[in-house]
Amino acid sequence: MQHASGAWSPYLVGTLIGLLSMATFYFSNKPLSVSTAYARLAGMVGKLFAKGHTENLKFYQDTKPKMEWGVMLVVGMLLGAIIAAVTGGEFTAAWVPAMWEQRFGPDVALRLGVAFVGGVILAYGARLAGGCTSGHGISGALQLSVSSWVALVCFFIAAVPTAHLMYRL
Amino acid sequence: MTTSANLLSENAPPVLVIPEKPHEPKKSEEPGKPDSAPQLVLGLLFGVVFGFLLQKGGVARYEVLMGQFLLTDFTVIKIMLTAIIVGMLGIFGLRALGLVKLHLKPTRYAANIAGGLLFGVGLGVLGYCPGTGIVALGQGNFDAIAGILGLIVGSYVYAETSGLLASTLMKIGYRGDIMLPDVLGMRLVVFLAAFVPLLVLGLYLVAKLAP
Repeated sequence: MQHASGAWSPYLVGTLIGLLSMATFYFSNKPLSVSTAYARLAGMVGKLFAKGHTENLKFYQDTKPKMEWGVMLVVGMLLGAIIAAVTGGEFTAAWVPAMWEQRFGPDVALRLGVAFVGGVILAYGARLAGGCTSGHGISGALQLSVSSWVALVCFFIAAVPTAHLMYRL
Repeated sequence: MTTSANLLSENAPPVLVIPEKPHEPKKSEEPGKPDSAPQLVLGLLFGVVFGFLLQKGGVARYEVLMGQFLLTDFTVIKIMLTAIIVGMLGIFGLRALGLVKLHLKPTRYAANIAGGLLFGVGLGVLGYCPGTGIVALGQGNFDAIAGILGLIVGSYVYAETSGLLASTLMKIGYRGDIMLPDVLGMRLVVFLAAFVPLLVLGLYLVAKLAP
C-alpha cells in the first residue's frame, strides 16, 4: 500500500508511538512530552547571561533549567530523525519548503523570519496551555486529562483558520 | 469525586486488586532530584525511536502538517488518534496491573484555552510543532532552525511573564488533575468502554473519508 505522506503507514506509526508511550511510562515513569525541553534549554541559555534573574523567575523555580530526561529525549529525536531520513533516502537539504515557495516565493529570509515568529507564538502557547502536540495531544489525551482534550481541540480550532488565511486567501 | 482507580480494581479478578489512590501525587519525582544516568540514556533511546517514527510517518514535513490544517491531508490525525487509542488501552491496562502511574496535567480552563489557541496559531505560522520541528531539522528542513530558535526565545518570554500569570490567568478555572470521566460523573471503566470504541469509530471514518 502506498502512503503519499510518509514512508510508513500512519496506523503503523501511531500504533508504535502508542507502544512507545507505554514503554516510557513503564521504564522511565514519564510521559512523552517535548515542549518543556525547549523551556529548559531556554533557561540554560538564560543562566549564561543572567543567572540570578533566570533562577528567580517563577517558571524556572518549578521547572529547573538543566539536562534531564526530557532534554535527552529531544536530543534523541534529532538523532532518530537523521537516521530515518538518511537510511530512507529522504534527507532534503532545503531552507524553504516547496509548498511555501509556491505561495510566498523562494526568499529564505522571509521564511526564516516567519518561522521564528511562529516558534515564539508556539512556545508561549505551549507553556500557557501546559503542553504541546506530544504532551497534551498524545500523552495527556491518552490519559483522559481534561486539560489535554481542551488544549488539543483549541490547537485545531486556531490552526485551521490560520493555515487557511495563509494559503486560501 | 470518582475514585477511578478503585473502581477499576473492583471489576478485576481478586489477585489484581491493588490498593491504588485515585490520583497519584505526581510531583514525587520532580523536586530537585536529578535523573539518574541510566534514565538519561533511556531518555535518549526513547527519543531516537520517537524521532525515527515521526520521520517515517511523514508528519515532520511542512506540507503534511499544513495539509492537515488545510484539511487536505489527514496523516496527522490518523497517527495521533491511533497512538491515543493504543496508548490509552495500554496505559490504563498497565495501571490496572499496578505497573504504572498516571501523569495528568492540571486543568486550568482559561490557560488551557488561551494557550491552546495561541499554540494553534503558532502551528499554522510555523508549520511544525515542537516535536516535529526537531525531526524536520533532522531530515534536512533547515527552516526548522529558525522555528527552534523561536521556540527557545518564546519559552523564555513565557518564563518572564510566569510570575504574573500564576497570580492571574492560571487561577481562572483551575480544577486540578481532573479526567474526562470525572467531569461526566462516570466510572473510569464505563467511560473507557464507551470512549475507546468512539475513538475507533472516529478513526475508521477518517480512514474512509480521507484515505
